[in-house]
Amino acid sequence: MVKGVVFAVKRFAIHDGPGIRTTVFLKGCPLECWWCHNPEGQAGEPELVIHGSRCIGCGACVDACPEGAISLNDTLTVTDRRLCTVCGACVEICYAEAREVAGREMTIGEVMAEIERDRAFYDESSGGVTFSGGEPLLQQEFLLAVLEACADRGIDAAVDTCGFCAWEKLDAARNYAGLFLYDLKLVDETRHRELTGVSNQLILENLKALSRTGHTIILRVPLIPGANDDAEEVRRIGEFAADLPALQRIDLLPYHDTSLEKYRRLDRIYPLTGVRRPSVERMDEVAETLRGLGLTVKIGG
Amino acid sequence: MPISERVARLRQQSQEAIPTLSSERAELITEFYQQQLGPVSAPTRRALAFKHLMEHKTICIGDGELIVGEKGPAPRAAPTYPEICCHSLEDLDILHSREHVSFAVSPQVREVYEHTIIPFWRGKTIRELIFREMAPEWKSAYDAGVFTEFMEQRSPGHTALDGKIYAGGMEDFKRGIERSLEALDLGTDEDAYDKQEQLRAMYICADALVRFAQRHAAKARELSRQETDPLRKAELERIAEICLRVPARAPTDFWEALQHYWFFHLGVTTELNPWDAFSPGRLDQHLYLFYWKGMELGTLSRGQAEELLQCLWIKLNNQPAPPKVGVTAAESNTYNDFAQINLGGLREDGSDGVNDVSYLILDVVEQMRLLQPSCSVHVSEKSPDRFLKRAAEVIRTGFGQPSVFNSDLVVQEMVRVGKTVVDARNGGTSGCVETGAFGKENYNLSGYLNMPKVLEVTFHNGLDPRTGQRLSIQTGDPGQFDGFEDLFEAYERQLNHFVGIKVRGNNVIERIYAKYLPVPFLSLLIDDCIARGKDYHDGGARYNTTYIQGVGLGTMADALAAVKHHVYDNRTLAMEELLDVLGADFQGRERQRLMLLNKTPKYGNDDDDADAVMTSVFDAFYDAIDGLRNTRGGRYHVNFLPTTVHVYFGSVVGATPDGRRSGRPLSEGVSPVQGADRQGPTAVFKSVAKMDHVRTGGTLLNQKFSPQLLRGEDSLDKFCQLIRTYFKLDGHHVQFNVVDATTLRAAQENPEEHRDLIVRVAGYSDYFCDLGRALQDEIIARTEHQDY
Repeated sequence: MVKGVVFAVKRFAIHDGPGIRTTVFLKGCPLECWWCHNPEGQAGEPELVIHGSRCIGCGACVDACPEGAISLNDTLTVTDRRLCTVCGACVEICYAEAREVAGREMTIGEVMAEIERDRAFYDESSGGVTFSGGEPLLQQEFLLAVLEACADRGIDAAVDTCGFCAWEKLDAARNYAGLFLYDLKLVDETRHRELTGVSNQLILENLKALSRTGHTIILRVPLIPGANDDAEEVRRIGEFAADLPALQRIDLLPYHDTSLEKYRRLDRIYPLTGVRRPSVERMDEVAETLRGLGLTVKIGG
Repeated sequence: MPISERVARLRQQSQEAIPTLSSERAELITEFYQQQLGPVSAPTRRALAFKHLMEHKTICIGDGELIVGEKGPAPRAAPTYPEICCHSLEDLDILHSREHVSFAVSPQVREVYEHTIIPFWRGKTIRELIFREMAPEWKSAYDAGVFTEFMEQRSPGHTALDGKIYAGGMEDFKRGIERSLEALDLGTDEDAYDKQEQLRAMYICADALVRFAQRHAAKARELSRQETDPLRKAELERIAEICLRVPARAPTDFWEALQHYWFFHLGVTTELNPWDAFSPGRLDQHLYLFYWKGMELGTLSRGQAEELLQCLWIKLNNQPAPPKVGVTAAESNTYNDFAQINLGGLREDGSDGVNDVSYLILDVVEQMRLLQPSCSVHVSEKSPDRFLKRAAEVIRTGFGQPSVFNSDLVVQEMVRVGKTVVDARNGGTSGCVETGAFGKENYNLSGYLNMPKVLEVTFHNGLDPRTGQRLSIQTGDPGQFDGFEDLFEAYERQLNHFVGIKVRGNNVIERIYAKYLPVPFLSLLIDDCIARGKDYHDGGARYNTTYIQGVGLGTMADALAAVKHHVYDNRTLAMEELLDVLGADFQGRERQRLMLLNKTPKYGNDDDDADAVMTSVFDAFYDAIDGLRNTRGGRYHVNFLPTTVHVYFGSVVGATPDGRRSGRPLSEGVSPVQGADRQGPTAVFKSVAKMDHVRTGGTLLNQKFSPQLLRGEDSLDKFCQLIRTYFKLDGHHVQFNVVDATTLRAAQENPEEHRDLIVRVAGYSDYFCDLGRALQDEIIARTEHQDY
């Protein structure tokens, strides 16, 4: 039985496609964007997340850890991630919920049971489920199986992808997903490579190919000050998008730094310090530029 | 349309008037009772008292007003009802000086109380009689906070008016009374004389209200003579004409219809101080014909109709709830007197009730942003999306109105308990969420029942751990129970025991009102009191329901789920240890508290285990109460609403197994425990819908949304779809606070700058700054559903 690694299931997602939806976040991503707001979705394997502020310093986790990875320094726990095997023993014993594992292996049946919970809301609102991540296509076999299960049960499914994968994978998902939320960060290749770790050629080619099939696409463009918000880049993104034959609209997503704390919980460093959320005026300005190219633009998802 | 200068001024006066306690009614009623009347029946005495009030109370016509008449001698001057509850000097001082919901008491009023009112009424009030008549077991349970008693300082009310007054005035009511009198057979009907007394009393009241209106007409004429502004002069002339027509005869236009209702409202709330003031009920249905006719004839514009409605809104806002004392002040600590105006719903033939006036009133609600009246929209499968969406737009403005009801379910609830489908469709909800057949039912809330307190008593085998006092029967030492079923059975036995005490008390109290304080005026208005020749308090109404309101459902669900999960299913905590931890209020036991708080299934997350515990708590409450007989020929039913009692009830309950600390508020209505719902609103709705709402007379669900979540058209559509789905799952009611926690905290710190901040409390809205600190904190703690 194929299993997937899921790091979150969010209900009442109202910004991930039409209607009221449940978003299933699959773990693992081929990109490592500096502004990533789901850093716990990047690695493919389960990871330990530590909410330091919740810790009451009771030391129960120190005793529970079979690897001796946790020590107590006064009332603060210190975790040696090199020793940690992410077995979850400390999570179970941590009543303060200061420790959790991001990423859980789930069967198709388990994921479908979660999705089914809000079926009444999908039916009323023409909503459904959205698979996001990480990059859901990285777990292709699992994703296709769960998409098929949704199709069998008449639940509308959307896929939120970064597009960095073999075309065949996207093409296969196309059979079941009614809508693609397709991320486009940068058209400039050098900068894309610098800020996400990979070239964008495959992403752009796939986007063009997907668009040629006539499939419904909503392009999601995060606007990150200093990365892609200069006039030149905005114009290039706009022109690229305007050339696509089947584009429903662009969702222009303002950058926010609310994920700073998430990096801390993974003992990771947030690469994008000092960047502020773009102003409402700037968002409107960029949206207007894009609209000037004949595109439909919505600010926010 | 922007608010007119007139309305803006009247609204501001209403907002700024300091609530005062007026002794006028108390003086008039005392003067009346001081007369020696000779042998006179209770209904006649009360009718003559009503007549005395209508003939002598101050007539108020404010500058610029279009709808006239006040309950007190001035806007926001609250009359008192010493025949029910006579405020002591100490009560007056507390009312005068308390931080929240205060009433200014002038030295003159205090003196009148000291020398006239108190000396006359001391020992003679209904409140004192009730407390004298209650059994010791009732008193100890009441003192311990197991339940409250609604009728100890306010009379039975919780009713709303139907459409009958728009088709007929007092002349028509009097003809009905005459027919009933003619039909009486003193030869064969042993109750005929009592009925005759009752009917004659109603007749006196009908004339008295007409007299009251005529006095307004005279006053308007007098003002008109002095008036120099020709426009206002003409208005006053018109007001005089209106007051000579209504309430004696049926209204003929929109303006008359509103003034007509307002006289009835003043009559009901001056006769006694019934709970939930009084309400016109389905106002959009009642006004539609007048509106349509006026528009058709060109005698009314939408703007005029709007202004007249705004004037009625101000009138309602001018009437603070009667000044309450003691426990009742704690359970319902608000100026809001719960007049709930219903919009939409179904017409009596089952078709959609939404009309032009429904939208007009939503505009008025949005413009006025007043505490009172509260407004609700009733959504059926047939209601147009435009209606719900317009309501959602008003909700989004963030002052807690309108609340949203499922009218298909409300009808089902009524039909289930034997009301006709037509009466059900003409009914709705009043007060907070209480279902009733408007104009045909006496449906009292009799008191709140503190379910977690009953659990605490169960844990202590019948003792109250706060006092060590024995409150109840022994149902066993919980340490000796074999399983969860044993504990639950013990809880059910305790619950039944307390319900028995409560019901025996109610049965006495209902008879006290029937015998000593009949309401011949209110009886005129509620079918079938005239046809039966019986008082509203004595089973005269077509339907007679007594409700007991369960409080702390969420706390109970989580507490019992924790016991089941940790003590019995997983054995992570022994019962003795649990009781120890609770007894210590988690002092030095933070780990156990966090385990109970975080490592336990919680109601409100669509978790079938926790929700199953909730439904068994619901069923136990329902089984204990539903179907018991009251003294008016009707039955008991349940509903779940708290007003502000969850704070008071929480203050008398020690730590609970859900991780709640001693004295903290309980959960309110059917909402999950504050902060326990972590899966978003769809999960909350799914959980809450697992109880069988149709077997209640109302449930109250509070949801707090951050404003961001409702930004944009698309979000608003999804918000409406969310509500529609909850109603498809058979939810009864939902209301929303759309204000972020930051704003609330700012208001807590700087109340001066946030005096106008209105929030949804529990079935009604209130000024945030008028709430006690504990309730403010609790509202902040309620989960704010964030955007993902």
